[in-house]
Amino acid sequence: MQTIATLQRGEKGIIQDFDIDCVPLKLIEMGCLPGNQVELVQFAPFNDPLYININDSYVAIRKETAVQISIKKIV
Amino acid sequence: MSTELLKVALIGNPNTGKTSVFNHLTGLHQQVGNYPGITVEKKIGYCKLTRHKKAKIIDLPGTYSLNASSLDESVVIELLMNKNGEDYPDVAIVVSDVENLKRNLLLFTQIKDLEIPTILVINMSDRMRRKGISIDIDVLEKELDTKIALVSSRTKEGIEDIKTLLQNSKSLSSDSCLDSSIIDKEYFDRLEKVFPNQSLYKLWLVITQDVNFGKVEKKQLKEKASFATKSDSELKRLQQKETIARYKFINDILKKGYTVDKSKATDLRSILDRVLTHKVFGYVIFFGILLLIFQAIFDWSRIPMDFIDSSFASLGDLTRKHLDPGQFTDLLVDGIIAGLGGIVIFIPQIAFLFLFISVLEESGYMSRVVFLMDRIMRRFGLSGKSIVPLISGTACAIPAIMATRNIESWKERLITILVTPFTTCSARLPVYAILIALVIPDQRILGIFNAQGLTLMFLYLLGFAAAIISAYILNKVLKIQSKSYFVVEMPNYKLPMFKNVFINVFEKTKSFLVDAGKIILAISIVLWFLASYGPGEKFNNAENIVKTEVVNQEISSLELDNKIASYKLEHSYIGIVGKTIEPIIKPLGYDWKIGIALVTSFAAREVFVGTLATIYSVGSAGEEEETIKQKMAAEVYPNGEKVFTLASGISLLLFYAFAMQCMATLAIVKKETNSWKWPMIQLFGMTAIAYITALISFQLLK
Repeated sequence: MQTIATLQRGEKGIIQDFDIDCVPLKLIEMGCLPGNQVELVQFAPFNDPLYININDSYVAIRKETAVQISIKKIV
Repeated sequence: MSTELLKVALIGNPNTGKTSVFNHLTGLHQQVGNYPGITVEKKIGYCKLTRHKKAKIIDLPGTYSLNASSLDESVVIELLMNKNGEDYPDVAIVVSDVENLKRNLLLFTQIKDLEIPTILVINMSDRMRRKGISIDIDVLEKELDTKIALVSSRTKEGIEDIKTLLQNSKSLSSDSCLDSSIIDKEYFDRLEKVFPNQSLYKLWLVITQDVNFGKVEKKQLKEKASFATKSDSELKRLQQKETIARYKFINDILKKGYTVDKSKATDLRSILDRVLTHKVFGYVIFFGILLLIFQAIFDWSRIPMDFIDSSFASLGDLTRKHLDPGQFTDLLVDGIIAGLGGIVIFIPQIAFLFLFISVLEESGYMSRVVFLMDRIMRRFGLSGKSIVPLISGTACAIPAIMATRNIESWKERLITILVTPFTTCSARLPVYAILIALVIPDQRILGIFNAQGLTLMFLYLLGFAAAIISAYILNKVLKIQSKSYFVVEMPNYKLPMFKNVFINVFEKTKSFLVDAGKIILAISIVLWFLASYGPGEKFNNAENIVKTEVVNQEISSLELDNKIASYKLEHSYIGIVGKTIEPIIKPLGYDWKIGIALVTSFAAREVFVGTLATIYSVGSAGEEEETIKQKMAAEVYPNGEKVFTLASGISLLLFYAFAMQCMATLAIVKKETNSWKWPMIQLFGMTAIAYITALISFQLLK
């Protein structure tokens, strides 16, 4: 399954779906909603946390959250 | 004619320049206080609108939405929900960032739905051209049913427009912009039937938010069985639906009035991020900045500190010359002036620390550090966000503990709160400084390193190490299940604004000075009384008792007076206390006078020096021109042995490094954790560690 955590640096995807109980409301309000675009900006060492651009908001989230959000990669 | 007062609430996302707008509107006419019962900072300022109209502006904590996830955010929603509260605003100003308008408008629509007349400030207009953004203000005003001020807080452009809009606040619309009930028609219809006169959005917030609404009837809502049926998960799903509905509304409007020409955008962010969050350079730069901070604190601040030191010394001399010699003069010079001098001298260091922290936060760099450090900190049970409290803890643990509020996971936050007091705060510095000067030789080690400087650096590292190691242990010991949510906004890089940084440094330094000054003044006076009076025969008849004791010895009258004074001190109230605890601290190498200083240090560490000064001057008869350091160096046991040796000095340094000696910190921990359990664990745990390490070191070194 493709998730935010499987993106490489600079790659983009469209958010498909996520388990609502595993994603903080704050992230949803930042624009983490199905249909919105997400881009991986930077990894910290050990690929965690992830620095992403989601719906024009720049945020860092932990890998454990990122693997919950499935996406479709834009090629 | 009396002045009309308009109550205004300033609301906005973090990093939108809300505080700059507040500073421009109110200048330095600000009052910083707390909301009743909690430690969230409350900033109020006044702004003159016309001759007869003034605005009272409350700068609310930054929040991304009305769905509160921290104490700071709860303050915003409680204030906006309580129509009868004294701070309930006549007008709300929502400050937004032109680059993040979409996300910022989410909060705006929520405020509008509370039916409060709302002004939208679009800030950072100076960045529009660089980012290729154009806005149709008229369209946005019409679609959002509001008035807009396009502002650049950097150039002060548009600030006057806000004042004009406030003058005409009567013409602002207070209609809501969304119908919240569309997210679950049936549920909201039922709600409306039971509470026909209430705003549905407000009811919805009462249901979903876990905050204290005063008189709003959450209980009543729960009792109506039909509304308690939704599980948390169902409620969250509805909140997601609500968010989607809001974004749809916002996107439709922005399509009409907001365009970005991406080809024109120059991107400073990606260039800086490539370096500052780099796997290697990122850390190198961060540690470079840390080194710079410590260099500033220990080296650059020397010059102003020496100046302050000598000024207070001459003030003391001057006072002594112009007042009659006696115990009162000693109290004034040795207790109060020396004690205050012991605090004022740290202004340069504290100001430097707050300056750096303020610049790092304003520039947006702090978030990058949080990003870089999260993984490493998590190994110790902390969060990347713990780095901010741990760094600012070197200034003072109190603001540092308040800065833990944005850590989402309760366990990570609690551990951060518990270990932050280990970091070497500025109150330990006066104690370290005088003890190091006293017992560590002023020599060079290996020809380059100054032994005294090395000792000080070692004590700082010891503080960090103690914090990290105890975090690791607490993480294993504490059995708390909490979801570790972690969402950090990575704001745009900004050049810090001088005015904001200045006001921040000024306010923080001032409150440190005033708070510490009050404690020192009070303790010096109380101590002086306790040391100058005592119960019973032994104190009141000291002169005769000493005289009969020495009747057969050859002794000068000065020596006799000194003997009488120290005999009196021993049998004064404070002497009795000191003698009582002496057996406990004797194994650490302290006499009862140091014991008194330890006890008073539990109010605040920095009173250590003032306490000893007061005790030593009461305990001697002559009027010496000695400094407190000379008095400490000359202090001997009855058998002639020095009180301050390398062994007792190191033991004291270690005791101060670990012991929890700050009532203000304990009080703040109690407030933040809402229980006496955690501050008590800190008090006894840390002090036990202090006692044991001091004991071992003294027994090994003596």
